Amino acid sequence: MISFFQANGAELILKIWQHIYLSFISLGLGIIVAVPIAIGLTRAKKIAGFVIGLASVLQTVPSMALLALMIPIFGIGSLPAIVALFIYSLLPILRNTYIGLNNVDPSVLDAAKGIGMSNMQSIIQVELKLAAPVIMAGIRLSATFVIAWATLASYIGAGGLGDFIFNGLNLYRSDLILAGSVPVILLALITDYILGKIEYVLTPKSIRV
Amino acid sequence: MLLSLEHLHKEYPGHKVAVNDVSLDIEAGEFVCFIGTSGSGKTTVLRMINRMLMQTSGTILINGEDTSKLDPVKLRRKLGYVIQNIGLMPHMTIRENITLVPKLLKWSQEKRNTKAVELIKLAQLPEEFLDRYPSELSGGQQQRIGVVRAFAADQDIILMDEPFGALDPITRESLQDLVQDLQQRLGKTFIFVTHDMDEALKLATKVVIMDGGEVMQIDSPENILKHPANDFVTNLIGEERLIQARPSVTSVGQIMLKSPIYITQDQPLPVALKTMHKSRVDTLLVTSDNRELRGVLDIETLNDEFNSGKTVGDIMDDKVFYVFEQSIVRDTVNRILKLGYKNVPVVNKDRQLVGIVTRATIVDMVYNALWSQDEDANDQTQIGNKEADIDD
Repeated sequence: MISFFQANGAELILKIWQHIYLSFISLGLGIIVAVPIAIGLTRAKKIAGFVIGLASVLQTVPSMALLALMIPIFGIGSLPAIVALFIYSLLPILRNTYIGLNNVDPSVLDAAKGIGMSNMQSIIQVELKLAAPVIMAGIRLSATFVIAWATLASYIGAGGLGDFIFNGLNLYRSDLILAGSVPVILLALITDYILGKIEYVLTPKSIRV
Repeated sequence: MLLSLEHLHKEYPGHKVAVNDVSLDIEAGEFVCFIGTSGSGKTTVLRMINRMLMQTSGTILINGEDTSKLDPVKLRRKLGYVIQNIGLMPHMTIRENITLVPKLLKWSQEKRNTKAVELIKLAQLPEEFLDRYPSELSGGQQQRIGVVRAFAADQDIILMDEPFGALDPITRESLQDLVQDLQQRLGKTFIFVTHDMDEALKLATKVVIMDGGEVMQIDSPENILKHPANDFVTNLIGEERLIQARPSVTSVGQIMLKSPIYITQDQPLPVALKTMHKSRVDTLLVTSDNRELRGVLDIETLNDEFNSGKTVGDIMDDKVFYVFEQSIVRDTVNRILKLGYKNVPVVNKDRQLVGIVTRATIVDMVYNALWSQDEDANDQTQIGNKEADIDD
């Protein structure tokens, strides 16, 4: 164990860093894109079904295939991996944000508009706050997906903990496989824990369960 | 004119007409109730006033300003708005909820806090409630907050869309009292939508009855009860309510006995005794020569003073309770019953005696109100409410 760390410690830390970098950038982009789209969809319910359907279709593309499809467009390296992971992160966030916003009591929205809140004020001060737990659940789900699938990014040369796992598989070395997968699991658990804390803070006191 | 609706028309796609040619002028301080069945367009009219809906044609003027040319968000901040489902923000404290509009208007924190305290008092709720969340309050308490929220930025016009429809009867009544109190105290103008006729009759100074998007009748509650414009209005008010309403719209002059027993004040006492004996009464009303009511003389006083040689005017009791001919029976009934008078003289504007209301007359009224469903024809003549047949 100690000798393993002595031999691979520096590389492990680099891979963990690459993994965090890949997954968090994709997740961040996913949030930045999916939340505003979902807000837009609540104002244009006619196309909501179509857009969410499209996101669901993207979700069903096998992950290996999606990564491979990125190569002709973006080449190899971290860019295609980030794009692919970003596409995967969209659906849970999009769907949960849309559902969360749609579930806000219509009479609260009617009152917000009726007493003179602008559309923006209603979204920021009322809708997003009340939908926060549902939106955060979507983000946590996406985070877990993205961290798990970022291992596959190693196939298109993006690095990350997948490098250890695939090396281990190729060389029949279980210590390398473990050195890749245990940090992935820990990373997913820790991220989920932190996001859980953020969810708690963002959820208004009166609607915490 | 504070608020004018001019030929409002609202049509939904597929030529579904929700509101057709509604015109109405509302003065400051009025309490206007829109009433009608579901789909009558009453809520649509209300929501067009604060531009939650846009009319297809027609204009709405507030203080002479065309609302379609105003920014809807700014317009809504000037109009109080209370809805049936309360619509308090569940994630905000009561304090934040009632001062939401002031916050949107960028009042200082200090000014908002003062306002919050003032408003919670208006709602007749304890100050501790300010730091609670809506879910910690009962439905009735929440709607009290919903009501006072509409006053937070000193809005002059308060729009209420069936605000008490979802509350139990007792809570509803206490909230109606609150609204009535606020109207009288603050002199605001209310536009109130309801489907509860009792509520409309209790609160309104002007009732607008709507059906199928059109106005059936606009009038004071009294006049609507007295002269329903058509069969729809009669049905909406309900037969029972029309009958029960009679005491409240009938004047004393319509039910009084027109030949009271009276004596002028300069008569000697033996004449008074004779009059009592002849008419078989124990009390005489005393008037001046021109029938102006001066007092009352009863048999005990007459007996005590019989041989004193005084006149009726000397020994009468000049503290006499009377009612005016034009006053409403309902008030009179209460006073007669509560004060225990056997009878009450009725005078005209010049205090001249014109009639008398006795307990027997009141018994007739109550009897007719309760039983007249079977004997309606009989009842009509008794009460003399002949205008009930509407043709004007």
